[in-house]
Order: sequence, then structure tokens, then C-alpha cells
Amino acid sequence: MQYTLLFHGPNMPADHVPSAEEQAQMQRVWGEYMTALNAAGIVRGGQALMPVHTGSTVRLRDGKRHVQDGPMADSKESLGGFVVIDVPDLDVALDWAARSPSSLHGSTEVRPVWENPLA
Amino acid sequence: MTPAAWHAAEVAARDAYGRLLARLAWRWRDVAAAEDALAAALEAALTAWPRDGVPAAPQAWLARVAERRLLDAARHARVAAHPDTQWMLSQEREEAAMDRRLSLLLVCAHPAIDAQLHAALMLQTVLGLDSARIAPAFLATPEAMKRRLSRAKEKIRQARIPFELPGEEALPERLSAVLEAIYAAFSIDNDAAGQSLADEAIFLAELVSLHLPAEPEPLGLLALMLHVQARRAARLTLGFTPLAQQDTALWDRAMARQADALLARAAGAGRPGPFQLEAAIQSAHASRAVTGQTPWEQILGLYAVLNAHWPTLGTLVAACAAALEAGRLDQAMAEWAPLASLPEAQGYQPLWAVGGFIARAAGDRAAAASRLERAAGMAQDAAQASFLRGAI
Repeated sequence: MQYTLLFHGPNMPADHVPSAEEQAQMQRVWGEYMTALNAAGIVRGGQALMPVHTGSTVRLRDGKRHVQDGPMADSKESLGGFVVIDVPDLDVALDWAARSPSSLHGSTEVRPVWENPLA
Repeated sequence: MTPAAWHAAEVAARDAYGRLLARLAWRWRDVAAAEDALAAALEAALTAWPRDGVPAAPQAWLARVAERRLLDAARHARVAAHPDTQWMLSQEREEAAMDRRLSLLLVCAHPAIDAQLHAALMLQTVLGLDSARIAPAFLATPEAMKRRLSRAKEKIRQARIPFELPGEEALPERLSAVLEAIYAAFSIDNDAAGQSLADEAIFLAELVSLHLPAEPEPLGLLALMLHVQARRAARLTLGFTPLAQQDTALWDRAMARQADALLARAAGAGRPGPFQLEAAIQSAHASRAVTGQTPWEQILGLYAVLNAHWPTLGTLVAACAAALEAGRLDQAMAEWAPLASLPEAQGYQPLWAVGGFIARAAGDRAAAASRLERAAGMAQDAAQASFLRGAI
């Protein structure tokens, strides 16, 4: 069964520049986590995303295109990346979510992947 | 039928329903589909049994019909289903099929399911209560309750919440969610609706103890509920009567003794827990029936242990009340004040009731009046409200 783990991190102020130490620390913990996922042979896909201030949000209203700088709404957390994993059941998926660095300061959402019964 | 016979029949039917549903849901990993199939099998029985006579093994008959329905539905929907087909072929294994109701209870109280729904899901799946019966207890309309429950069952299937029993390291936490949901169902004060879920909750706790005889907390919960249940008549007679003023002649002594025996068995495990301690507190209250006095110092000591390890707003407030009753006014005041500033305490009625009595004992009439009035405004029923206003 496939689940998507959505990694949400706390939003930083736009002018926040992480120190070299912070960056090294981030790289290390995420590197360890991804290594563990890959070693388990359960990863079916995934991407890391550029910071939230690099994003744009598009809406079509009455045929008119509205483009907004940044994310959809003000929130304390934003999506930083995701992986799709294939594991036997929800408890295993929750265990992997709990190990994610995002769960420590942000949150990790676990969503089953829709399986088309006719596919 | 005599009331006793009626009760026996009701218990037997409830037992059979839960067993069958748990087994079907466990095998197909789908609570909603199992419910539909079992309902269809019961309907088929209503037609077939009066005509052909009741089969020798009614439960097996129902299981077979429901099982066939599930297979048909699975083929029809072309949904990948993986039942253990060997099971179908083997009568012996059918007879020996384990009771899966504990698994089902653990699924209902899975952390991925909203805790507010745990109790309602258990009552529906394991006891077969319908949404209309469950809804008033949870202050919901039958339609809303039905929708929320079917959403939850959909999640169980679609997110694939496992039906396997959790491992030893995860079991205590998962078990405590089950016990808390059972206690929540028990504690719903639905005198207004005229229906209590206390018997159902006691049945569920018995079921858990039966499956996990070595676990002390299910026994503790059972003892706690029996102690409270033993005083039901005294609580409901003359409007609202606080525990320490109830007429002990109205208490069910036999039930209290049964509760104490269960608690003693739990204590034998040497692993105290919140429900065992709550039961011990209730047992201390019950001892007034024999000694004529409530052992407030002992109760205070039990609350101290409970709150050191498993504090909740309810037990912290109860400890203040016990301190007041034990004649320790300073302690009651000192412990009550910080609780009153908690955001979650603002709408917690017992806090203001206890605060009112503390202020009254301290001679602060103005604070007593305002707190008791505040508590009366939040009271569950008119009897309790008039008791609180009467104390002003």
C-alpha cells in the first residue's frame, strides 16, 4: 500500500538566512533519514521543494487569472517536500513519519495514495 | 420473558453480533462492508429460520451467509480483496476461530481516528448499536453521527489501519486509548435522554479483561465502573446528591464487593495505573457504607499518587475537593488557584463548583457566590444547578 509523507516545516521570516551550522545540521539529519528510507527499499518517488517564498499561487476567477506571490494562505507551516512509500499498513507508515526530521519541529502528514480500482 | 431472561438474551445477542462482526471485519479489513454483510445475513435469517427452523449452529450459519455476501460484493466491485479462503473450507477452524473483538476495539481506538469517535465506533461495531441510539449520548443528530462513523470506517479501510494486534511495546498506549473510550462512554451523563450506556461500557471492559487477563488496567477500569454503578440508585433519587452525602443504604453492596475483588486482582500484577487508582479512590468512598466515615486522608493520598503520574484537569480538581473535605483548606486553596487560570479550565464546571465551596469555607462570601453561580450556569441538569445555588 502506498502512502505519501508530506513534510511540513515551520515558516521562517523571508529574510532569515540559516547559518552554516544550521545548514550542515539540516543536511545531515535529512541525509540520514533519506538513507534509511532508501535502505528499506520502500521509496517509490518524492521531491524536495525550494523555499516557500520562491513559490507562486494561481487562481482562475471569472475567467481571470490571479497570480499571488508566495503560498496559498498564511500559515505557520509549509510543505517542504514529500516522498511516496510502499509499506504494508498505516502503522508502518506512521512509524516512518515519526522518524522524519520534519516531525520534530514541524509536522508530517500521512496520506494514502489513491488507487484506481479500474486501473 | 422475565427481565432476567430478557437481559440474558440481550447479552447473548450482543455477544454474537460483536464476535461475528469482528471476525468478518478482521478477515476483510473492512468494517463497513462487514456490517452490511452481517445485516444482510441477519435479514436472510429472519426469512429462512421461521421457514426452515433455526439451524443447529446459528452463528456459523450467519457467518457463512455474510461471508458469501462479502465474496460476491468483492467480485462485483472488482476490488482486490484477500480473504483467507482456506478458512472458508475448514469447519474446524471456523469453530476454533479466535474472537477478534479485541482487535476491532483497538482499531476503533487507533490514534489515526479522532478520539471523539472512539467510543461511538466501538459501540456500533462491537455491540451493534445503531447511530440513532448512539447519537444523543454524544450530543449529535443521528444523521451527523452516521456520517462521522461511516467516514471513520472509510478511513479504516482506505488508510489501511492494521487489524493485527500491536506489539508489546505499543500495546500499553493503544490499550489505554481503548480503556479511555470505554470510560468516556460510561461517563456520559445522559439521564436527560433517559438512556445510559453504562451496561454497554461494562460489557466492553469485561471483554478487554477477558482477552488480556494479565493486564491490570482493564480490571481497574471495570472495578471503577462497578463502584460508580453500585451507587447509581443513590445518585438519582433525591435530585442531585453528592457522593459523601448519599444514603449508603441505597448502594449496591454486592456490586461494590465485586469491584473490590477485581481491584485486588489488578493490584496483584504490581503495575499501578490511572484506572486502578481511580478505582481505589472509589473503593475508599464505598468504605463509608461499612465504617460510616469517608476516609478523606486516604483519598487525598491516592489523588497525590494519581496526580504525580497521570494528572488530568478532572483529577486535579477532585484532589482540591478532597483536600477541602479532609480539612486542609490551605492546601485546597493553594492547589485550586493555579488551575483556575488554565484556559481549558474556564468552561470546566467542576472547577468552579469546587472553587465555590473552597471560598465558602475560607469565609469569602463574594467569591463563593460568584463561583457557585458560574458553576450552576454550566450544570448538566436542573437538580445539580439548584444544589449549587442552594449552597450560596
